[in-house]
Amino acid sequence: MLVVFPVVFLVLVHFPPSTFVNLGLQASDSPPDHTPTFPECLSLFGHSHWAALPQSTKHLHSNSQCPSGLVLISGWVLSAGKSKEAEIKRINKELANIRSKFKGDKALDGYSKKKYVCKLLFIFLLGHDIDFGHMEAVNLLSSNKYTEKQIGYLFISVLVNSNSELIRLINNAIKNDLASRNPTFMCLALHCIANVGSREMAEAFAGEIPRILVAGDTMDSVKQSAALCLLRLYKTSPDLVLMGEWTSRVVHLLNDQHMGVVTAAISLITCLSQKNPDEFKTCVSLAVSRLSRIVSSASTDLQDYTYYFVPAPWLSCKLLRLLQCYPPPEDGAVKGRLVECLETILNKAQEPPKSKKVQHSNAKNAILFEAISLIIHYDSEPNLLVRACNQLGQFLQHRETNLRYLALESMCTLASSEFSHEAVKTHIETVINALKTERDVSVRQRAADLLYAMCDRSNAKQIVAEMLSYLETADYSIREEMVLKVAILAEKYAVDYSWYVDTILNLIRIAGDYVSEEVWYRVIQIVINRDDVQGYAAKTVFEALQAPACHENMVKVGGYILGEFGNLIAGDPRSSPLVQFNLLHSKFHLCSVPTRALLLSAYIKFINLFPETKATIQEVLRCDSQIRNSDVELQQRAVEYLKLSSIASTDVLATVLEEMPPFPERESSILAKLKKKKGPGAVSVSDLDEGKRDGGGELNGAGERGPESSVVSTPSPSADLLGLRSAPPVGSAAQGAGSLLVDVFSEAGPLAPASGVNDDGFLRFVCKNNGVLFENQLLQIGIKSEYRQNLGRMYLFYGNKTSVQFVNFTSTVSVALISFITKPVDPLVEGGAQLQQVLNIECLSDFSDAPLLNIRFRYGGALQNLTLKLPLTINKFFQPTEMGSQDFFQRWKQLSLPQQEAQKIFKANHSMDKEVLKAKLLGLGMALLENVDPNPENFVCAGVVQTKAQQVGCLLRLEPNIQAQMYRLTLRSSKDTVSKRLCDLLAEQF
Amino acid sequence: MQFMLLFSRQGKLRLQKWYVPLSDKEKKKITRELVQTVLARKPKMCSFLEWRDLKIVYKRYASLYFCCAIEDQDNELITLEIIHRYVELLDKYFGSVCELDIIFNFEKAYFILDEFLLGGEAQETSKKNVLKAIEQADLLQEVRHNYFL
Repeated sequence: MLVVFPVVFLVLVHFPPSTFVNLGLQASDSPPDHTPTFPECLSLFGHSHWAALPQSTKHLHSNSQCPSGLVLISGWVLSAGKSKEAEIKRINKELANIRSKFKGDKALDGYSKKKYVCKLLFIFLLGHDIDFGHMEAVNLLSSNKYTEKQIGYLFISVLVNSNSELIRLINNAIKNDLASRNPTFMCLALHCIANVGSREMAEAFAGEIPRILVAGDTMDSVKQSAALCLLRLYKTSPDLVLMGEWTSRVVHLLNDQHMGVVTAAISLITCLSQKNPDEFKTCVSLAVSRLSRIVSSASTDLQDYTYYFVPAPWLSCKLLRLLQCYPPPEDGAVKGRLVECLETILNKAQEPPKSKKVQHSNAKNAILFEAISLIIHYDSEPNLLVRACNQLGQFLQHRETNLRYLALESMCTLASSEFSHEAVKTHIETVINALKTERDVSVRQRAADLLYAMCDRSNAKQIVAEMLSYLETADYSIREEMVLKVAILAEKYAVDYSWYVDTILNLIRIAGDYVSEEVWYRVIQIVINRDDVQGYAAKTVFEALQAPACHENMVKVGGYILGEFGNLIAGDPRSSPLVQFNLLHSKFHLCSVPTRALLLSAYIKFINLFPETKATIQEVLRCDSQIRNSDVELQQRAVEYLKLSSIASTDVLATVLEEMPPFPERESSILAKLKKKKGPGAVSVSDLDEGKRDGGGELNGAGERGPESSVVSTPSPSADLLGLRSAPPVGSAAQGAGSLLVDVFSEAGPLAPASGVNDDGFLRFVCKNNGVLFENQLLQIGIKSEYRQNLGRMYLFYGNKTSVQFVNFTSTVSVALISFITKPVDPLVEGGAQLQQVLNIECLSDFSDAPLLNIRFRYGGALQNLTLKLPLTINKFFQPTEMGSQDFFQRWKQLSLPQQEAQKIFKANHSMDKEVLKAKLLGLGMALLENVDPNPENFVCAGVVQTKAQQVGCLLRLEPNIQAQMYRLTLRSSKDTVSKRLCDLLAEQF
Repeated sequence: MQFMLLFSRQGKLRLQKWYVPLSDKEKKKITRELVQTVLARKPKMCSFLEWRDLKIVYKRYASLYFCCAIEDQDNELITLEIIHRYVELLDKYFGSVCELDIIFNFEKAYFILDEFLLGGEAQETSKKNVLKAIEQADLLQEVRHNYFL
């Protein structure tokens, strides 16, 4: 005891006083959310600084089973820890001590080993790196003393290392514990698997655990761990966890007597149902009857599974969640029972609370929200949907911020149902109020989302106006998204386009910095496509430009629109051509290069529209600041436009500078951007339903496009308009008339730079390993390569085809997810000689971009620089996998998530001869499986991509259609990037 | 649930539990970002926030923040009560738990968590059953060392 106090005292001095404060369960109902400063926080809990001391010492005695060394070192660490350096010094000393103990001649007993492993863990958790002790921890696993084993497992769980040598030892220890039939040991082992969840563990145990889970004599606690352990393995390696024969017994765990077993098993069942709904569909009726029993039970029936007077809230939520994997039950009785449950849950929300504690209402409302999610998911019971909406409406004004937040969120999905859309709309004033008054930005964000979701033609003007006025004060973090939303709503519900133009210009005025290119591109696309709005647009933007300080985006839109349609307002002397030009040019010097480039294009368009401005504009173009501008792009435009205006005839000028043709109708690029920002699905809900509700009648393309017109088929929006950044100005100023210009400027046309990446040879190597990669007059590069698992070796042969030597020859490889070991090549290559380079390759992780090979040398004094794509593709690391038809289809089905699949339909470019195709597929590296596909014309293959980080199972199906000369290629793998990359590569091969 | 973090008002990480495979570098980055985000929030703000593509549910108990990252489909309120139940379990086991208990008996905090949550899902929600499991394990200790002497 004498030792204890000083130690604790040391600790005490250097921990912030608040660490002694109990977490406040008893102290108050809802634990105080703020304990701002030190004296207050203590008084809040009724402890004085010193009063807390005996309590802490008590724990250190009575419950501390961790070795005393811990307290000591932490005391020292933190007492020395005035400075970071001192702490690190102290830690390093401790680490050195432990290392010497581990390395010492004297074998350590289990107790000491545990003590030091525990210390290492503690040091790691303090935030320091630990690079040893793994072996000692593994040794502890096989101890028959529980605490030693337990600490060993904890170390492995926290500090797992993909060192394969160790994994084998760990797996061995786990295997022994699983076989021990000692439930405590079994649980420890299962927890470890669930915590680590690596592929090696899945390989070793995925077969065994289902057996433990369903065995009649397994203890409940072991079953619980087994279920969730399996869930974790299924999430990381779905291809290895095969339920097969166990399916129905697993489903029947929903009927288990033990509530804990049901609670654990249902998470597994939900996850499996999402992937294989058909095989698990019997769970629906079981889940409904279980739910019904819980919902109708009195608050005391379930004993310890009742939480603050709410019966089994976790299980209820999980049951409701499981039901969301399926459509409404077809069986009338089951459905009736379920509707009854949902009604009961809604009714309970109206009853007075059984407790004032926040835990009671949280648990109750958790179930309510989950039930509402299910009602929305079914989207078939108008009565329930409207009730749900009313319930959420009450929450919108609740005093708990959490509930207001969730109500707004949940209502967003309700807004997309045709049954409840109108009911949601009735809350518009409350939501607008929330947008204005909520103090928490995340709640305001939800309110903005909901306004967006509930918007339709009837309330668009009001909502857009509110959002615009909110934008003036909105938090920076959400401005960009708000701008996109306003732009989309304005476009979608524009009744007349003058309103649309006004809205977007307002948007630029209020939040110009957040208006992305897509937004102003879009307004221009629309103005160009609708001639009824062009005059109005020209007038409005002319007026907007009068403001002394206007945003650069406004100048861009103004420049473009006046350049195209300035003539429509030129009749008014207040906006005569020269006035327009002077107005635009007054902004010129304040703008960035891209905007100036755009303005120059507007000027040349002015020369065409208004011949009377020609002299003024030519003078501007001719002045040194333009024609000798240090920016190449601007200078080139000035020179070329000046030349064009002086030598081309009016006819040529009129053709070249003709009004822009209408843009093809397609998905709004803004919508695409919002989708990208929010992730797929985030906007689509309200978006898809829109067409249904409004029954067409959209004023523009956004509503008319077919579902197939996807972002992919749209060329990048930056190419739409003037192509400011990349294309040479001649082409961009006059799309469709470029050929004429080439004649005019034939000597001025920029030469394509020769230093691009050459990837001609690359695609030829996808299905073969040897051949000639590149050849020109000087150099030939040949390749031979071989691969095994995730390793490979590539021989590069550089042949000098000339009779002169190459000097300073270097070849380097850029690396991403592959590690190379390469020796530098000899800097001299004699004429006619061949140089060999060996690359040793290790694939660390899956990759999409091929490494680049850069070769430089001097040939007769001239520097040659060549960059090639190294023909190293992910399929080189395939290990073929043979399997039967049943296995194949089972795995195929397991990989049914949309992102796991990549598919392409494409025209045949090469021979469709069966033998040729076979040879190519074999060259790909997968196993070509015979007699699997019912259609003998089709090919199926299976293989595993071996990388250091992981192994990725892949399945392939190629369906040729000889008549149409087409293929359909489908790839499924557990990793989306792999499916996609393989599909892209292979589509070029056939 | 993807992960759970416990950290102090000073931003010191006290417990971390990851239910998805991430590299150490990513873990550190996530922790840093989240601790900063959560500590910057004002007391009366709501307990949920969107972060990357996850939902963060957090709650403060005295000097400690408990912070869970859940997926889009998961239920925020029930996660809030998962946190509360965990605090209750710690409190019952340690008897008026305080931050120091979690620092020095970190292994117990982990063991209790493993009994309660596994693979990111609730395994056993009965307080009695969880504590029974932990106490049984404690009984298995062959000798009681008095480490302080």
